[in-house]
Amino acid sequence: METIATKPASVTSKILWIIVAVIGAACLAVVALRRGEPVNAIWVVAASIAVLMIGYRFYSRFIDRHVLQMDPGRAPPSVLRNDGLDYVPTDKWVVFGHHFAAIAGAGPLVGPVLAAQMGYLPGTLWILFGVVFAGAVQDFMILGLSIRRDARSLGHMLREELGPFAGVVAMFGLLALMMIVLAVLALVVVKALTHSPWGTFSVACTIPIALLMGAYLRWLRPGRILEVSLIGLVLLLVSIAYGAHVAATPELAAMFDFDAKALAWLLIAYGFCASVLPVWLLLAPRDYLSTFLKIGTIVLLAIAILFAAPQLQMPAISRFIDGTGPVFQGQLFPFLFITIACGAVSGWHSIIASGTTPKLLSNEGEARMVGYGGMLMEGFVAIMALIAAASLHPGVYFSMNAPTALIGNTVEHAASVISQWGFVVTPDQLSQTAHDIGETSILSRAGGAPTLAVGMAQLLHNILPGERMMAFWYHYAILFEALFILTTVDAGTRVGRFMIQEIAGLIYAPLKGTESWIGNVLATSICVGLWGYFLYQGSVDPLGGINTLWPLFGIANQMLAAIALMLATVVTVKLKRERYVWVPGIPAMWLVVCTLTAGWEKLSGPISFTVAAQKYTEAMQAGTLLAPAKNMAQMQQIITNNSVDATLTAVFMLLVVTMSGFSVYAMVQAWRSRYPTAQEAPRVALTSVVAQRS
Amino acid sequence: MNNSPLHGRLSHVWRRLVQTARLSCGIPDYDVYVAHLRAHHPERKVPSYAEFFRDRQTARYKGTGGRCC
Repeated sequence: METIATKPASVTSKILWIIVAVIGAACLAVVALRRGEPVNAIWVVAASIAVLMIGYRFYSRFIDRHVLQMDPGRAPPSVLRNDGLDYVPTDKWVVFGHHFAAIAGAGPLVGPVLAAQMGYLPGTLWILFGVVFAGAVQDFMILGLSIRRDARSLGHMLREELGPFAGVVAMFGLLALMMIVLAVLALVVVKALTHSPWGTFSVACTIPIALLMGAYLRWLRPGRILEVSLIGLVLLLVSIAYGAHVAATPELAAMFDFDAKALAWLLIAYGFCASVLPVWLLLAPRDYLSTFLKIGTIVLLAIAILFAAPQLQMPAISRFIDGTGPVFQGQLFPFLFITIACGAVSGWHSIIASGTTPKLLSNEGEARMVGYGGMLMEGFVAIMALIAAASLHPGVYFSMNAPTALIGNTVEHAASVISQWGFVVTPDQLSQTAHDIGETSILSRAGGAPTLAVGMAQLLHNILPGERMMAFWYHYAILFEALFILTTVDAGTRVGRFMIQEIAGLIYAPLKGTESWIGNVLATSICVGLWGYFLYQGSVDPLGGINTLWPLFGIANQMLAAIALMLATVVTVKLKRERYVWVPGIPAMWLVVCTLTAGWEKLSGPISFTVAAQKYTEAMQAGTLLAPAKNMAQMQQIITNNSVDATLTAVFMLLVVTMSGFSVYAMVQAWRSRYPTAQEAPRVALTSVVAQRS
Repeated sequence: MNNSPLHGRLSHVWRRLVQTARLSCGIPDYDVYVAHLRAHHPERKVPSYAEFFRDRQTARYKGTGGRCC
């Protein structure tokens, strides 16, 4: 059988790829080397597309043929275990769409925005090369391993290939990661909605809208997802438009005007309810709406960037690569590689690549397009988020992302501080931007979502001008991000609840029953309490929360990616393909080095949690108050929070070291063996199964 | 007009789009499931689309499946 992968390249195809390479190199040179005058975003888009195309055509094919040796003639789990429900051979474009919808989330939109403080060049290069050599390799290889193992999950494969203890260690790591993910994402919503009646109103409206959709799907027209989602979308747009009226009416505005602390409590209460209630009522309809809105908005962002073709106003490399940046602390290495996790390489994807997707692929030969190609698309989304942030005025960008502790809470003070950093901006510009987007202030709205929303609003406003349209687009972008973050929070709390019940079941078996009400409420409370603690801590944090928690999230996510890539490395050796061990091995080592260095800097040294805790402890002993604490109880709370964060960092580091140990041990064993020792399911020819069935 | 190749092509693309959209929400293809039941388990009752939908909706949020951050 001749497929694209086996056909020798024709002369025209060779010439075509040389042209792509030349165009890519030229665009990349413009992006990297032009100094002094602003670069147009189109150069970045063109360079990215060329790099991603070349990566897909050559590197993923190399992995497909030599490292994973995907075999289109081998029957995949979807054919062998076809049950018409979970295991179904499915059209590859349908699988691709499903896989992309599952991996795309808020992560690739937030990380690059935060990393823009170092200029657009470091982020762009890390996203492009990270995705080609690490992120897409991880997704593709885990998918490839899973499809050869009856579509087993990551945890299951870790147990089989690295031993049962390694599996248990990974399970705890996963739970800790999930709690941090939920807290950080919820914090992004809190930061976006603080004292924003318009935003809070429209996000609050999603709850009755979802309930309505749930009832409609349950009783009126069961299963009509597209229809009900369209109705939901129209209601959402109406609620955004009406939000302007709410914000303009003082009595109404007061009802939806909350500070960060109150919003944190509201989200915690909401998360609890959403995960205890039946799924069809709130969680599922919200999930449908957010899935479609997510894809729609990504397309909208792409169109906006292509048509508006903005100039990048942020410098290519800013002075903050030295580690003194206001958005997050720490030098380029390792913190750039921690800050941009999703988009370049995301450990979370290894769970999806070993979840539904391997049960749907109708052919091993399609894993490359779905696994590798899907991640390249996500990398491109991250590039677009970076462009949206870098096309903002740097003064506006820093006023939105620097904490109050640095820039104060008046536009005059903020403008003077930011101008001193070298990004000249006037107080008028800051007030005007706030006015344009229909808010009272844009200061210290860290977390990526508001910045991206302003960027998107400006881009869309360039294409579709109109009075007050910018405010509408801003709140649309905020709503869409809040919507899918809240969906992740709901679904994540549920998944976390099941994980906790499973762990609790080890101690007292009846707690494991997912139908038991006591077990349900207990495990949900523990789960909500865990992420709620970090969310609350973030919302009262003097440095704005994101500054403290995002590095923890990055370390945790990259830790999981490192574990997934180590599994891929071990299996490569076990299959006796030692000469390709560098393909997953080098990115795995890179991530281990990044997470351990970042972890170490957060444990000891000038930017560590430990030093922060010490500073407040010493002040407390001397009886003095340190800002922003207003009394001794708050001082004590800051000390506790920093100690908890330090402990968690240490736990993550220990996890990475333990898993590295297991991997190296398994690798040495496999290297010594003269035969392949991987636990693959036996090969069944696709033709034999198809012949038998028909 | 309705039997033209273009129309056939478009309705095929639309079907695939609907299938993708439903699958992204955790609802597999109903027709495929019914065909599977008829072919392999003729003794089982074929559920209506509404029953099928409810069953899959509950199943989606059961395990450790997931979505990304």
